[in-house]
Amino acid sequence: MATILQLDQVSKAFGAVTVADGLSYQLQSGEALGVIGPNGAGKTSMFNLITGTMSPDSGRIVLAGEDITRMSAARRCRAGIARSFQVPQPFGGMTVFENAMVAATQGADLSLRAAERHCLQILEQTQLIAKANVPAGKLTLLERKRLELTRALCAKPKLLLLDEIAGGLTEGECIALVETIKAVHAGGMTIIWIEHVVHALLSVVDRLVVIDFGRKVADGEPQQIMASQQVQEIYLGIDANG
Amino acid sequence: MSASRYRIVQSSAASRVAATLGLIVLAALVLAPYWAGRSDLRLLGEILLYLSLASLWNLLAGYAGLVSVGQQAFVGLGGYALFGLTIFGGLNPIVAVLAAGVIGGLVAMPVAALIFRLRGAYFAIGTWVMAEVFRLVAAQVSALGGGSGTSLPTAVVQSIADGRDAREATSYWLALAMAVLVLAVIYAVLRSRKGLALTAIRDNELAARSLGIDIWRTKFTIYVIVGALTAAVGALIFLQKLRISPDAAFSVNDWTAFVIFIVVIGGIGTVEGPIIGVIVFFLLRETLADLGTTYLIILGTFAIGVMLLAPKGLWGMVRARSDIQLFALRRKVVAKLKD
Repeated sequence: MATILQLDQVSKAFGAVTVADGLSYQLQSGEALGVIGPNGAGKTSMFNLITGTMSPDSGRIVLAGEDITRMSAARRCRAGIARSFQVPQPFGGMTVFENAMVAATQGADLSLRAAERHCLQILEQTQLIAKANVPAGKLTLLERKRLELTRALCAKPKLLLLDEIAGGLTEGECIALVETIKAVHAGGMTIIWIEHVVHALLSVVDRLVVIDFGRKVADGEPQQIMASQQVQEIYLGIDANG
Repeated sequence: MSASRYRIVQSSAASRVAATLGLIVLAALVLAPYWAGRSDLRLLGEILLYLSLASLWNLLAGYAGLVSVGQQAFVGLGGYALFGLTIFGGLNPIVAVLAAGVIGGLVAMPVAALIFRLRGAYFAIGTWVMAEVFRLVAAQVSALGGGSGTSLPTAVVQSIADGRDAREATSYWLALAMAVLVLAVIYAVLRSRKGLALTAIRDNELAARSLGIDIWRTKFTIYVIVGALTAAVGALIFLQKLRISPDAAFSVNDWTAFVIFIVVIGGIGTVEGPIIGVIVFFLLRETLADLGTTYLIILGTFAIGVMLLAPKGLWGMVRARSDIQLFALRRKVVAKLKD
């Protein structure tokens, strides 16, 4: 398997606040990586660094062999990175279908005809087709989250970044979403998924990274990581020495 | 494929009716020189040129988010280009109008590179400053009358067409052709992939960037297209007026304030808005013109009223109640009938 993404000693600080501290890891094509860590640990910042909405103070980010550290966010998307936003960012005045069309025509660089076909397919897959003609500004929060996933998929990414997409969903909705993400992953998509709903995350990912204070504190097989004392400490506040 | 259960429809009953009515109105307008009096024809020509300016400003501010209060820079530039090219270049006035458009586009490029460094209110002020610079430069051109301006020489005027009626008809038809061209360009842009990018920028720049849209380049392209067309409109405006001066050519009131009024009243960020706005504006102007200063007070009050009661303009008010649209821009997903 080829390395699709490599973070090499990536650091970023805002004054005294460090959001990434020598962050390094490699991701193989087709992998599904879960990312956990406390609030404010730097998980979303890591996504901002990978997608280019934030630029690192030092370090390198490499996508499929190409150094993208200084590349604009727009070019990174066209190069194959698409994300969902933790706080949904819909194009409020456009319909759900038009939102999808933006991703397909710009991110995936498809012609209008090809984009239409692609978007219909993805909308069916993400079960948003019934809302296709609804202005995105009128969607409920849950539908907006699904639109985030839809739009990212319509950009035909090589690497899909999901940021807390299951938060706030009911059990049934969460199961449906997990099934969709599983199907996407089964199709060969490389995924990095930040999620607090750990059981949803663990049912999909085959590797887990734990981040705290902008540092990678654990990286490996999900069940082992979850059982480790380090994670118990960070997550549950259990004092290892107590 | 399962996707074949759905198809995309772009036109609607409303858009087809609107297109038919639009063609009838267009036919009537083409024939206007045969049914309208001289003063009515002038008024129609002015309305069409204001429709062009308003639609262009709407594309700039309503879609690309470039709230310029300095578009008079391009109106004046186009006007002066017309006078310069016909008087010194010996160009046919109609060719000069096209050339003014090209010049407008070329000048827009360095201007954009400079003022795109500014954001929000600073950008708006920057465009205004730029327009003032243009005005001051025009006032230095002594060959074109300096600060007091000049008239189009008789020989040039006569080269438009033989006789006053033929000339007025020609300049009217040019205004009509320009309005049709402007609307056609805007319609084509908005239906294209670029249009999707532009509408996305209008709604959310962060998401637009993350989905692969080069915001700077998209805005630059729109600014240059709008600059070119605005300069061509400016050339036509002063071809009608036959006289130019820096104060008239670079008037912030005439070419920007009234234009913003039209777009805001009609509904910013919609193709229909400027059309409705221009009708409302000229209805108000023609009925209240005798009132002098009071007319401007009423205009201002009306603008404030609309902004408070219908912030998205008159067309926005209609859109809030139904998803009607007169221009077939929306892509609607419909289930295919079982066959």
